[in-house]
Amino acid sequence: MLSYLGRRLALMVPVAFLVSVAVFLLVHLTPGDPAAIILGEEGSPDTIAALHRELGLDQPLPTQYGIWLSRVVRGDLGRSLRTHQPVTEAITERLPATMELGLAALVWSLAVAIPLGALAALRRGSVLDLLASSFTVAGVSVPNFFIGILLILVMGLLLRLFPVGGFTPLAVDPLQNLRHLLLPALTLGTAGAAINMRFTRSSMIEVLSQDYIRTARAKGAPWLRVVRSHALKNALIPVVTIVGIQVGSIIEGALVTETVFSWPGVGKLAVDGIFGRDYPVIQGIVLSAALSYMLANLLVDLAYAYLDPRITYS
Amino acid sequence: MLRSRPRIVFAAGLLLLLALTSLLAPLVAGHDPITTDPDHALLGPGPGHWFGTDELGRDLFARVLWGGRVSLPVAFVAVGVGLLVGGVTGLVAGYRGRATDLLLMRVIDAILAFPALILAVAIVSALGPDLRNAMIAIGVVQVPVYARLTRAQVLQIKGLDFVAAARALGASPLRLVARHMLPNLLNPLIVQVSLSAAFAILAEATLSFLGLGAQPPTPDWGSMINDGSRFLSNGDWWLAIAPGLAICLAVFGFNWLGDALRDALDPRLRG
Repeated sequence: MLSYLGRRLALMVPVAFLVSVAVFLLVHLTPGDPAAIILGEEGSPDTIAALHRELGLDQPLPTQYGIWLSRVVRGDLGRSLRTHQPVTEAITERLPATMELGLAALVWSLAVAIPLGALAALRRGSVLDLLASSFTVAGVSVPNFFIGILLILVMGLLLRLFPVGGFTPLAVDPLQNLRHLLLPALTLGTAGAAINMRFTRSSMIEVLSQDYIRTARAKGAPWLRVVRSHALKNALIPVVTIVGIQVGSIIEGALVTETVFSWPGVGKLAVDGIFGRDYPVIQGIVLSAALSYMLANLLVDLAYAYLDPRITYS
Repeated sequence: MLRSRPRIVFAAGLLLLLALTSLLAPLVAGHDPITTDPDHALLGPGPGHWFGTDELGRDLFARVLWGGRVSLPVAFVAVGVGLLVGGVTGLVAGYRGRATDLLLMRVIDAILAFPALILAVAIVSALGPDLRNAMIAIGVVQVPVYARLTRAQVLQIKGLDFVAAARALGASPLRLVARHMLPNLLNPLIVQVSLSAAFAILAEATLSFLGLGAQPPTPDWGSMINDGSRFLSNGDWWLAIAPGLAICLAVFGFNWLGDALRDALDPRLRG
């Protein structure tokens, strides 16, 4: 296991290097002089030259990268061009809100998908199976911002059940926090729920046709127990792999969901950063998103190898 | 083959309908999508305006149809970029192997290390928000899928007897790839094209929703939803719903077609 982990980490090094180069070069993709673009109409030759020095743009590119990287590995992502707040601080400030939303979305996507997917597999061709399949198709075809808008329209404006935007910190008022959380979490988690359900269903169908299920039944084990401890447990192993992909879609979905619901998280910070041409903020968030995604996938691979004894660590 | 595959016919028909109505928008829309008409602002759906009008009095049915002329081609170009760049990368990596393979696939891994939409958003925000850059960005994030798919297929086919036979007969590498390997790669690629067209439409809509795609007054599904969402609380729901349904139909059509094609083209799944 340890050597497997070592090899996985070693494989991540060149990829992380390329990722950092790509994020660094992001600013240099901008057509024209980044400093002039950042300053816009207010830019005079003096202020542009000053910003050049501040951003290190007067150095050769590899030197710039070296300086940037040495700061990044020490956790210094630079300062926001608009608020002058350190980017690391801006991200960590908003991270709890995004984590809460992402976790709630993940819980919703698993809590719905696993039981429904398993039931659909047990009752193939039934009305429930049909409903589950329809949900699967709808879940992956409806853009999440549109789900958000539909939820706002129906649950927020028509039925007036939930607030349509905003945020109350958990520590201030847990109940209000949950009321604000529900619609964004549903919005963010539904696509994942659809994919998880499809996966659970097909994996469960495959497991149910295995010999050991028949053996367990033949030995007289109660059906419910066979389903729960023999079938479902094994069927869920492949589902673990897609949770990693889902962390990615939750990170990207946060951009839109937080915008729709004015949720004060990292996604909102990123979108505000884009419109303010706040490159350090964009770079910082893109880099953190990529690194968290890589880490999530590593953890999922390890969990997968741990859960399924047939998988060797080579 | 098609008669026995109602799902393919249904999905293809739906997509054809969407493509035709967008293509013929100037003839069938009945209204201009850009000319404003403040006297008829925010009318609900009705006989004169099937989908209602927006805050500037523009006919939403016309805007949704014209929006298809933006969203659908963007998706196609983006998929084309992904298919071409990714396909060639995968072919070269798989065919050459060794160091070339190692190097190219690490670049692909690096693209995959980013959540796709985050990368697309980052590229567009750097290049500047407009449709062309949105196409490039969505194309770039599609490259890994095609590269990996093509490479895996090439590695599989490379070792088969018919390839060895062609090589023994003196076929050049180019001929080997173009005449003998490429035709055998097509099936999974066709399925992937359909599925990634669905992704591209979603991604384009998301970028435009965030203000990073088509710029006003160009009618575009994603930006129309964003504009319309500001009027939800006034009860003017149709502004956001009409373009949203168009996106859902298009994405659904491509997903459905991709699934049906996979079932039809994959011999292991043939009933």
